[in-house]
Amino acid sequence: MTDIRIRINSKTYPAIGQAGKHQAIANLDLSMKAGEFVCLVGPSGCGKTTLLNIIAGLDHDYDGEILLGSQHTHPRIGYVFQNPRLLPWRTVRENIELALDSAQSPDQIDPLLETMQLTRAQHVYPERLSLGMSRRVAIIRAFAVDPDLLLMDEPFVSLDAPTARQVRDLLLKLWRQRPHTVLFVTHDLREAIALADRLVFLSASPMRVLRELTVPIVRNERHNEALIESYRQQLMNDYPEIRQLL
Amino acid sequence: MNSRQKLLPALSLLAFLALWQGLAVYLSSSVLPAPKAVAHVFWRETVSGQLPYHLGVTLLRLVVSFAIAMLLGCALGIVLGRHKKLDAFFDNWLVIFLNIPALVTIILCYVWFGLIESAAILAVVINKLPNVTVTIREGTRALDQDLLEMARCYRFGRRKTFTHVIWPQLHPFVMSATRSGLALIWKIILVVELLGRGNGMGYQLHLFFQLFDVAGILAYTIAFVAVIQLIELVILKPLDRKSLRWRR
Repeated sequence: MTDIRIRINSKTYPAIGQAGKHQAIANLDLSMKAGEFVCLVGPSGCGKTTLLNIIAGLDHDYDGEILLGSQHTHPRIGYVFQNPRLLPWRTVRENIELALDSAQSPDQIDPLLETMQLTRAQHVYPERLSLGMSRRVAIIRAFAVDPDLLLMDEPFVSLDAPTARQVRDLLLKLWRQRPHTVLFVTHDLREAIALADRLVFLSASPMRVLRELTVPIVRNERHNEALIESYRQQLMNDYPEIRQLL
Repeated sequence: MNSRQKLLPALSLLAFLALWQGLAVYLSSSVLPAPKAVAHVFWRETVSGQLPYHLGVTLLRLVVSFAIAMLLGCALGIVLGRHKKLDAFFDNWLVIFLNIPALVTIILCYVWFGLIESAAILAVVINKLPNVTVTIREGTRALDQDLLEMARCYRFGRRKTFTHVIWPQLHPFVMSATRSGLALIWKIILVVELLGRGNGMGYQLHLFFQLFDVAGILAYTIAFVAVIQLIELVILKPLDRKSLRWRR
């Protein structure tokens, strides 16, 4: 794992029909240490998905540079999209195996399935899965490729609270077993505090970094909801600009 | 399906035969021979080897022209579905070819290239190709962009993307092109044979027509319909089942 540097001078969407030219990102600068879990927090529609797509190499139309280290000539990205994006005509296991490259052994999927409690569902087609299960499969797929950078775009959105909590705990368990550099997008501050080493607050579009904070709560105490809530209150009081965002 | 429902198709077939028999007896004319007379001709032609030979020749033409039309049509359809500019350019061509009557293509092919086998095949392919292309183009336009992005992000590569992401989505369109294609090609091939070949079903039917041999025409027709049903049952249905097993 290597450090990561993301610098985007500008990302602009061209005018389409009635909608004029739209600048989504302006002067965004973000660095990540290897193995760090960073949460991007910002209002919805501020361009977070745009940013992740640029980092994932799905969008090349921007001005700036992404340095993902030199470990691989082509750095590998694991991307958990906002919707699970599983192939409905392939089983859970096939969906994960397809993402691996030829050098990676399919056997390494087994412990991942075990951790995410999906061993029994591995030969099922995705249409039979609940949304929570599909999300877990998408997370396994992202971890399985052993990525240089893991991107997660609100992977718990539209799950009910207990399910979201369960998947979140499983994600943390997996991440502790296999530490990776994670860039996690959310608009839920509590979720961000529970997960992140560092919080990065983003402005509404054009998006730029408003403030960066290291979460002071040790990981062992993150399951304490009251502690997370009090830190959230403290942030809201100390930084009025954040309160406006959320 | 319960046993009564299974009986229903057999019953309807029997009713059809009874109706035919009744009509034949009532008319008692050589214009509509009874099922028994047709069965007799069918048997005679089969034993003499005439029917299997001509049916085989037609089937071979069908397989060759169908394969060419499907392969080319799929390739063209995918390319046009993916590239807006090419599509805008060739769209008019497709409309023109879609609307040329089959008979015109057949006559022109024979006039330009002579009464040869390749001209016959070409005529069938030209008739079928635009249909396949249009169907597959629609399928390609409807491809799920989210899944294609996922494949790109996880570096599936061309081959993996095609087999696991694109092809399963095109499959229903390919099946539909196959079914409508078989029905269309059958009919066109007969005309092609009638106009310019010395063998095949179309040639034989023409012969029977000149001799006013209705029993012969009906016997060949039955063989024809049976073969198509067999293709549907033995090849197409299992293909459907296999590729749709993931659906709830």
